[in-house]
Formats: sequence, structure tokens, C-alpha cells
Amino acid sequence: MATIKERQQVLIEEFEFFDEWMDKYNHIIEMGKSLDALPKEKKKDDLLVQGCQSKVWLHAEKNGDNVLFQADADAIIAKGIVAMLIDVFNDQPAKEVAAADHGFLEEIGLKDHLSPTRANGLMSIIKQMKFYALAFAG
Amino acid sequence: MSYDVQSIRQQFPILNQEIQGRPLVYLDNAATAQKPITVIDAISDYYLNYNANVHRGVHTLSQRATDAMEAVREEVRAHINAAETAEIIFTRGITDSINTIAFGMGAVVSNNQNVVITAIEHHSNIVPWQMLCQRTGAELRHLPMNEHGEVVLDDIEDIIDENTAMVAFNHISNALGTINPVEAILNRAQKVGAWTLVDGAQSGPHARVDVRAWNVDFFTLSSHKMYGPTGLGVLYGKRKKLEALPPYQGGGEMIATVTLDGSTYAGLPHKFEAGTPHIEGIIGFGAALKYINEIGIEAIAAHERELLKYATQECSEIEGFRVIGDAKNKASVLSFVVDGTHPYDLGVLLDQQGVAVRTGQHCTQPIMDAFCIDGTARASFAMYNTKKEIDIFKTALEKAVTMLR
Repeated sequence: MATIKERQQVLIEEFEFFDEWMDKYNHIIEMGKSLDALPKEKKKDDLLVQGCQSKVWLHAEKNGDNVLFQADADAIIAKGIVAMLIDVFNDQPAKEVAAADHGFLEEIGLKDHLSPTRANGLMSIIKQMKFYALAFAG
Repeated sequence: MSYDVQSIRQQFPILNQEIQGRPLVYLDNAATAQKPITVIDAISDYYLNYNANVHRGVHTLSQRATDAMEAVREEVRAHINAAETAEIIFTRGITDSINTIAFGMGAVVSNNQNVVITAIEHHSNIVPWQMLCQRTGAELRHLPMNEHGEVVLDDIEDIIDENTAMVAFNHISNALGTINPVEAILNRAQKVGAWTLVDGAQSGPHARVDVRAWNVDFFTLSSHKMYGPTGLGVLYGKRKKLEALPPYQGGGEMIATVTLDGSTYAGLPHKFEAGTPHIEGIIGFGAALKYINEIGIEAIAAHERELLKYATQECSEIEGFRVIGDAKNKASVLSFVVDGTHPYDLGVLLDQQGVAVRTGQHCTQPIMDAFCIDGTARASFAMYNTKKEIDIFKTALEKAVTMLR
């Protein structure tokens, strides 16, 4: 199974392929559309990630040493970004998720295209994922 | 003389830039307007030539700074036709202005009274009154709105009654652009002897207000929405009403005498201006007012009405485009949703094409709840926007919608 680093590298290479903003965003939108929606009963307010401009729900559970993530968002671009993060962090050792570097987002060129508020939302999601991982790793 | 939007644009250096490789189309003016070069120059001039603290200094620079600041107070007085400059108070913004009054009214409101707002207020004209009501036991009421985003006056005589202490409402809604029936609301409030406050956050850049013609007790303006610097607001209050209220903050500038046992307060306007004021902001705001008056606020409003009409027409051709708030009487704000898309996604994809709009709830959660939506995208227009920019906006919006569906 691919490590976090390897999965990040795959994403970076995927995005290197796009020159145009439209292609990049179309790809993010496609990722959003292909992410399974959270079942209604899991879309509870206490799973909402604070600090995002759109609603983002994040659910995490322990799977042995690993952590499983499920997420959803009401805005499709936010959902695409969440899908990307799940792609990287899902079913990885909790310890490694907690310690992981998230510089790959910058390499994808995503951070350039995100305003500070939106970037903060993105950081909030990553923080929340790491927070769960840390709790499970303990 | 015809309205020369191109020469106006030249006065706003910030507009001449590219975002993501495309010309900037700035349509977030209801959040904050850009600043003309005269405002930027006035601030530079202050720091380059006469920066000093005001009021207390005997030296020349302090005198110059004080004179410049007080000249702006007079310009503001004239702009809204207040009776005297002592009734013009400089605050940190509209939020600060409203809090000053809501705090002060804690001393004059009792628990059998009520405060009335409308259903289309900004949070800054809701929360301070909720806090006042919590402190005093007074009841907070509101005038409802209809499906067009217009305030409904049918039950005004029951809602504003003999026990109403204050009626506070905005002139123009920031989220919907609705222009409120100010006179009708003020008339009812004045008939029962309630105090009145009009929030001019959105009307400042678009409409001429005469506070004495309205006979309103309090009126507020925001500098940064009127092409001036951020961090500065104006609170107008009738002398008698301001004198009846205790000061909001204590400190320097606002006192007459201080001993360790107690203090007496300075007269108006200083009683409500604790601490060193936002001197450069005030001076910059003076330049902004001058600029607005040079172009003419009526000419600006006419230009913006034209833009709003054009944008509404053009965008309505997009499938699923819905205007949120289609009041008969509207100014300068186009709040909308497009079926099958989320406002956040629209905002991100418009930004990729150089178009700046606001998305979200616009600090008006109750309005969004009433329309059963999570938020809108909002394009808002200013004196320097053009029809060509609206064409770019429409094309960009079409592209965004195509991508998202």
C-alpha cells in the first residue's frame, strides 16, 4: 500500500499536467463529484469543520493502527479538496497522519489559488484530520 | 456634463491590475470600496508633513493636524446637514457607532420597554440591541420582510408602540440592496416618542442624507465604504440625545477633569471620543467626501442604478440564475444564487477569472434563513464600475456555472 508521501507524489504529478486554471479546477470538481457522499445521519453539526467558508463534514474512526476518514461538503470545490486530502490520508497509520507534512498542497499550486480565508479553511480541515489522528495514535 | 467613468477609473490606481492574468473586475464594493488617489495622497501628506497628536499640543504640527481633523468634522456636518459640528462623532466604524448608542441606552431603557429593528439588518445592527435587551430586560422586536426582501409595514402600529424605546434600522440592506421606507418608519417611531437610529453603512456612498429633514436622532456612516480609509466611522446624534447618554469608553480626550476619586466628562463631541483618534483616517475621509461631492452623489447613484439594471437583465439570461431580494426600491447590490451551484464555488471560479464578488451570508444570517438558503454570491457596484465589466462578469459566471454543472 502506498505511503502518504507516495500518494502525495501521485497528486503532484497529476496536477503538473495542467497548465490552465480551468483544467485544474475541472479536475478538483471531478474529484469532488466522485467522492462518496456522507450518509445523512453522519452529516451532523458536530462533525462540521469550523473556519470553512462552506460546510465541510469530517468523520474519522480508528481501524487498528490506522485512521479512516469520511467527509463531505456542500460546495463542490471544497468537496474536491477534501477528496484530495482523503486520498492522501485515509487508512494510513494514525501516527504518520499526525506527523505528515502538507507541503504537497503548495506544490500542487493550490495554495497560490486560494485566498487567505479559503486557505484557512483548508488548514482547518488538515488540522482537524491531524487532531483525530493524534487522538487515535495516543 | 456626462458621467465620465474612464476618467474616474484613472483616479483609482488599484483598479489597473491583473488578477490570475486577467484584468481585475472589482464587484465587492458593498464590503469595501477602493480609494481614489486623492485619499491616498491626503494620508501620505499627513505623515510626510504634519503628523502630530491632536487637540492637546501647543506646537505647530499639532495645530495643523487638529485643524485638518476638525475641518473634516465640519465637512461631515455639512454633508449630512447636521445642526452643529459637536454632533459629529468619529468612531471606529458603524459597529462602534451602534454599540456606543446601545451601550449608552442601558442607562435610559427599562424592562417594560422594547427595541425595534427590521428583519433585514446586518449583524452589527442586531447584536448590540440583543445585548442591550439582555442587560435591561427590554424586548427586541422586528419589522418582518416579504419574499422580495422588503420590510413589511402592515403591523407597524402594533410593533412600534408607546413602549418602544428605540427604532434602529438600515437605510439600505447590505445583503439585498433593498432601500428601506425610512420616512414611514421614522414617522411611526416619532409619533410614539421612540428614539431613532438609521444605519447608513450602505447608503453613504449612494445617497444624499439630510439628518434634519429626516429628524432622525442618530445616523451612522462608514468611511471605508465611502472610498475613505478603514477603521473610521461617523456617529451623528442630536445634541440633546447624546448629552442624555453616558460615555461608552473612558480614557484620554473624553474627560474635563480627573482626580483619583472621580472624573467629569468633556462636552460633545469629545465625550464619545476616548483616546487618540484615527487622525489619518479622518483626514483621508475628508478627501473621500470631497471626491464624492466633486463627482456628485446623485450622478454616482444614477450611474450605479444603470449598472444594477443592466447586470440584473444580463445575468437573468443565465439558466437557473435567481436574484435574492428583488425589492422595487433597490440600490447597487445584486445578490444571487444559481440553481445547482454553491455560492462558494461560484466565488472561487469567478476569482480565477479576475472577478471579485462576495459569497456567503454577508453577516445577515436571519435573511438567509428566511430565504432558506445558506448564502448568496453578491456583486455590488461603485462609481468606477462599467458595463463592460458587467459583460466580463456575466461571461465569467456562465463559464463557472458550466464547469460546476
